Amino acid sequence: MKRFFAQCYIWLLLIVLYAPIVFIAVFSFTESKVLGNWTGFSTKLYSNLFTGNMQGTGSLMMAIQNTILIALIAATVSTILGTIAAIGIHNMKGRTKQTITFLNNIPMLNPDIITGVSLFLLFVFLHISQGYLTVILAHITFCTPYVVLSVLPKLTQMNPNIYEAALDLGATPFQALRKVLLPLLKPGMISGFILAFTMSLDDFAVTFFTRGTIGLDTLSTYIYTDARKGGLTPELRPMITIMFLGILILLIIINLRKARAARNAVQ
Amino acid sequence: MPYLIFLVLFVALPLILIILYAFRDSSGHFTFGNFIQFFTDKDAIETFALSLEVAIENTAICILLGYPAAWILANKNLNRSAVTIVLFIMPMWINALMRTLATAELFHMLGFQLGKGTLIIGMVYDYLPFMIYPIYNILEKMDHSYTEAAADLGATPWQVFWKVQVPLSMPGIISGVMMVFMPTVSTFAISEFLTNNKIKLFGTIIQENINSSMWNYGAALSLVMLIIIGITSLLQDNKKEINEGRV
Repeated sequence: MKRFFAQCYIWLLLIVLYAPIVFIAVFSFTESKVLGNWTGFSTKLYSNLFTGNMQGTGSLMMAIQNTILIALIAATVSTILGTIAAIGIHNMKGRTKQTITFLNNIPMLNPDIITGVSLFLLFVFLHISQGYLTVILAHITFCTPYVVLSVLPKLTQMNPNIYEAALDLGATPFQALRKVLLPLLKPGMISGFILAFTMSLDDFAVTFFTRGTIGLDTLSTYIYTDARKGGLTPELRPMITIMFLGILILLIIINLRKARAARNAVQ
Repeated sequence: MPYLIFLVLFVALPLILIILYAFRDSSGHFTFGNFIQFFTDKDAIETFALSLEVAIENTAICILLGYPAAWILANKNLNRSAVTIVLFIMPMWINALMRTLATAELFHMLGFQLGKGTLIIGMVYDYLPFMIYPIYNILEKMDHSYTEAAADLGATPWQVFWKVQVPLSMPGIISGVMMVFMPTVSTFAISEFLTNNKIKLFGTIIQENINSSMWNYGAALSLVMLIIIGITSLLQDNKKEINEGRV
């Protein structure tokens, strides 16, 4: 009985939580401009989205491209910078280590809007004209600390003698780095990269303040401007649906694999 | 080391610039004028109070709805399915603007009057997963021998819950509060979507000032927000120490 009520509560919450998305998904299969107005089944919005054949919304494709490109560049640079920084921090001691860890925590604690405003003021102060470069720099700034935090635990778990053993056995420092250190840090680097990539994809506020006035749009800023103009571009409905399904499937696969791995480990 | 230079340039210097700009007028002279302007502007103070109120209400509702959900999800007798957990976590991975937009459109179609009510409901929609996940994580790892021991020693289920389980899950609640309160107090786009620009929150005022080149006033407002955030994180640290002391 208790179990029944518990399950009722959970599913009720889920139904309410997912109602907006289901609603968007259902209405992605009709052509009507206004949401909530069913004008018959159609996959036209989907084909419009993929062929880019949309009235006055050609920039949606551009925004998606920008989002992915910026996230890829920011995540790659943050992973490299963050890994080097983590190795450096690991070998540091005392005051410098404290200062750098403190500074590293700030972008993670700061609300997006503060990070955005502060970087905006920096670029104004340095007279850097804002555009792709400033957005990418800003994304690297708030992504790198997460990479540092994903790589650092791998360094503390590592046996420090391994690296020295490689050097003793005649490896050059570069070889020791590439063949010994990097393989050990790889899991941390990968999770750092994924974290940085999703943080960058999701970002709205920081991009908004650092993109300047050259008309650069990512998906978030596109949605924002679009919604403020009144009414959402119909082609966003199939896109939201596809993204939801994609992430849902991905998460379920990851979780099933984890569960299976755990079961195998027990056996 | 190069990363230190990077951090100083892109993290420390920008924050110092907020302070510098906040205490200057548009011609670059030192002034308290921006703060005087804020504290004497009735609208700005009201917006500030409203933002705090909405953030506190949203956080409270998220705890009330989220704690039982996390408790059920972590309880192996009540929930065996891993899929429900994934379903609760998933919204965290999806663009918040998109989710908010979907919620606002649903309210719109249901004929709800967009206003403070929809603002709070919509924010609960957005942030509930961020409350459930940290509490679930703590409850799932919790050693059940404590609750069993309390029950054996004659505590009523109610006492077990309030005196053992809630204190032990405090770290989860605190990180949930941080993950919900901070973004809601500083949001700007979400409130505009959910109220159709009727209600302005503090973040919106900052954004409007910065975008209309009132950098100094905008910086002063950002500094006020930074202080609020600073106070909240200090509270978090203190509570953590109390908790660690208790355990």
